Amino acid sequence: MATVTLRVNRKTHTIDVPTTTLLVEALRDTLRLTGTHVGCDTSQCGACTVHVDGRSVKSCTMLAVEAAGAEITTIEGMANGDQLHPMQAAFQEHHGLQCGFCTPGMVMSATDLCTRKPNPSEAEVRHWLEGNLCRCTGYHNIVKAVRAGGEAMKGAKR
Amino acid sequence: MSGPQGIGAPVKRKEDRRFLLGKGQYTDDIILPDQSYATFVRSQHAHAKIKNIDSAAAKAAPGVLAVLTGEDVAASQLGGIPCGWLVKSKDGSNMVEPPHPALVQGTARHVGDPIVMIVAESKAAAKAAAALVDIDYDVLPAAGRLADAIKPGAPVVWPDAKTNVCFDWHIGDPAKTDAAFEKAAHVVELELTNNRVAPNAMEPRAANGNYDSANDHFTLYTTSQNPHLTRLLLAAFTLHVPEHKLRIIAPDVGGGFGSKIFHYAEELLVLWASKRVGRPVKWTSDRSEAFISDAHGRDHISKAQLALDANHKFLGLRVHTYANMGAYLSTFAPAVPTYLYATLLSGPYDFPAIYAEVKAVFTNTVAVDAYRGAGRPEASYLLERLVGHAARQLKVDPIELRRKNLIQPNQFPYQTQVALQYDIGDYQATLDMALEAIDYKGFPARRKASEAKGKLRGIGISTYIEACGIAPSALVGALGARAGLYEAATVRVHPTGSVTVMTGTHSHGQGHETAFAQLINERLGVAIENVEIVHGDTDRIPFGMGTYGSRSLSVGGSAIYKAVDKIVDKGKKIAAHLLEANVADIEFKDGNYRVVGTDRVKAFGEVAFAAYVPHNYPIDSVEPGLEENAFYDPKNFTFPGGTHLVEVEIDPETGVVEVVDVAIADDVGVIVNPMIVDGQAHGGLAQGIGQALFEEAIYDEAGQLVNGSFLNYVMPRAADLPSFKVGNHATACTHNPIGVKGVGEVGAIGVPPAVINAVLDALAPLGVTDISMPATPEKVWRAIQQAKGA
Repeated sequence: MATVTLRVNRKTHTIDVPTTTLLVEALRDTLRLTGTHVGCDTSQCGACTVHVDGRSVKSCTMLAVEAAGAEITTIEGMANGDQLHPMQAAFQEHHGLQCGFCTPGMVMSATDLCTRKPNPSEAEVRHWLEGNLCRCTGYHNIVKAVRAGGEAMKGAKR
Repeated sequence: MSGPQGIGAPVKRKEDRRFLLGKGQYTDDIILPDQSYATFVRSQHAHAKIKNIDSAAAKAAPGVLAVLTGEDVAASQLGGIPCGWLVKSKDGSNMVEPPHPALVQGTARHVGDPIVMIVAESKAAAKAAAALVDIDYDVLPAAGRLADAIKPGAPVVWPDAKTNVCFDWHIGDPAKTDAAFEKAAHVVELELTNNRVAPNAMEPRAANGNYDSANDHFTLYTTSQNPHLTRLLLAAFTLHVPEHKLRIIAPDVGGGFGSKIFHYAEELLVLWASKRVGRPVKWTSDRSEAFISDAHGRDHISKAQLALDANHKFLGLRVHTYANMGAYLSTFAPAVPTYLYATLLSGPYDFPAIYAEVKAVFTNTVAVDAYRGAGRPEASYLLERLVGHAARQLKVDPIELRRKNLIQPNQFPYQTQVALQYDIGDYQATLDMALEAIDYKGFPARRKASEAKGKLRGIGISTYIEACGIAPSALVGALGARAGLYEAATVRVHPTGSVTVMTGTHSHGQGHETAFAQLINERLGVAIENVEIVHGDTDRIPFGMGTYGSRSLSVGGSAIYKAVDKIVDKGKKIAAHLLEANVADIEFKDGNYRVVGTDRVKAFGEVAFAAYVPHNYPIDSVEPGLEENAFYDPKNFTFPGGTHLVEVEIDPETGVVEVVDVAIADDVGVIVNPMIVDGQAHGGLAQGIGQALFEEAIYDEAGQLVNGSFLNYVMPRAADLPSFKVGNHATACTHNPIGVKGVGEVGAIGVPPAVINAVLDALAPLGVTDISMPATPEKVWRAIQQAKGA
């Protein structure tokens, strides 16, 4: 067991977990932040994507102890009170989600892209999302949502 | 309320907010007080006798609460997992219906067959204990692939049955079809495989069972498309606990695509184990486990022959198909290659004669059952490949060949030679729309431009039809279904005029919470913000058969309409009293009851309030309250159809196929929410293109699944697909009150043959005439090399 201090969504948590605990397990099972999902066991699907120090990371590829001290943001930390993050709002506006299971990972991945590159082309969005699988939308509306969300992020001061 | 919200309005989805905030609640998100966790030890062999199970070390491992085997299942007299559909062979005999114990009893029959269940304090403890179970196998020869299982002398999955044939079924008129072929000027033949695919909803299956000993009551949280069906099967066949002692909750479900219709052993086992250990028991599938325990889709081998006259009019169709069932019969498996496949073989064409034979075959693989489209993609793939092949062989334009043979608008209702009667359609209109959308006329110029870059360009077409809205209960009963396939709804109008609708369908991405609220807005004028749609809980919803086969709106929505009819009629009686008029003089329109031809009006909300505060009320003849139930049994299937066009560019050096354009025009009937309809089409297209180019669940001879993870099972990713051009041309369904047909599966049904026809069009100049799905770079490259060498 290890005692780990995690900073998640601007709050500090000290938890006791086995050293083998993945970050995604600590988030879901210990901190009960179940918006971060697990869709595979080979780090392929991206449903568990979160931000670690502002960069998108598949939280199944990292141990909880490795995340100690980092600033972690999950999908639950994206909205500002009642107000959706511009990327979240764009996913609703453009019907970028259906069953909702891949959605948190898509939103976390997309916001990272648009932070790095404010006006991604369609091809750039599609290439970036290589690590995020969706079985419902055919990606068509996700791509639209990401580009619109990126545009909206430029205008929004956060 | 801002702007229109009724039928035809592209309103944003009500359900999105919780998903976007990370507040959805999927089955694995639920941790019950005192939760325990289950894992399964599954067979590593496709076919093996279990000589001994040594579980002593597992039982002694830290945190282990129970280690359970097939012997325990037998001792508890749990029922076997049942099949929901009985198909009879040509000779009238029943299909072979093998036993399906929840845990292996004696012989494992596919890789992934569950042998031991471990229940422990944590998932990690359960998995650690599972690794300590020592199973002594006597490995038997296996029928791992369909092509091998049908060979004489193949290993037999069920020895009592002597062969691997589950049933030998047929449909159509063989004599009439023989006669058609005798007088044919041309006969075109094709052998085809329809590749086996894994459904891969992004949320893996999960089940959390809880036995409440104080009340002798079971609750199951499960990833199901149809919780009432699961309850019915648990009650009547597997757990033997009556319905009133069973509550099934299918909360947010992360996609289904058919794979979450079926009653799986794990659902039964977590309930049973919960009673044994006295704690709730949760099992969540890993993705690798899903590949070997979720029912797969497709897997056909077919021969098809098309007879044409001298003018290229279709005279007849002859089809022989082998369909893989897997080792056990899953819930709907026998219906898929029969009543959902062969009945669709007329496609959108006017065929005077059809005869189809289907042999269902057992193999030592996980079950094969309904997957997005279920039978209909197999039918459209066979037919559209065959028609494309005919066009190339006869050197005629594939568009003109189709135009010549499409059913004309004035031929509806059209009785096919394979039992179905299409009520309405306009296949020429959707064909023209799609050709326009892809700029078909401009294709030769685009092909030239590709050639200049050293690329091969092709265009492919598919004109398809499908059948949705399963199904008239008496009809499917006569065909072997062991359930009715109506749908149920309750519409509850609250005293202040807001509305709760309980529906027996289930939404796992389809947007029912929005689209069904739009139905209420359309009929009652209530803003969708004031409508709540409840689904997925057998304690809150009277009954239902669930969501599959694009049935939710056409069957479930029609049930809601029927209940609303009763609400409107009761409201008229109340309004007549309040307005001191005759009931016959009251009309209901735009949310108001009005004395016809006057300005005397009572708003719907006022009538609802009067129903619950009946001070001034026709109490002698009308009960208080405003809530109605309805069951709707459809009169026929609905028949969406359309044209899908695909353009591909192939790099002859690598064999990589790039899908450069997709234009589709569908007739899905009346559209309630065009935004959702387009989204459904997009998703189906991705799965259809996935099947055509990337996806295949590959079993080797020994019955090992070769590519059972996302590392080597190729799922379509964003960069593999283009944006889609989606058009609609609606003819209203004639036999349901909304005029809807269904859109959930059109993409997966229509597009695979269009993709392959496009690949073959691109490769035709090299002399390539056949390629099978998935058209991987290796396959395309080899075909090119082979053609070059020839």
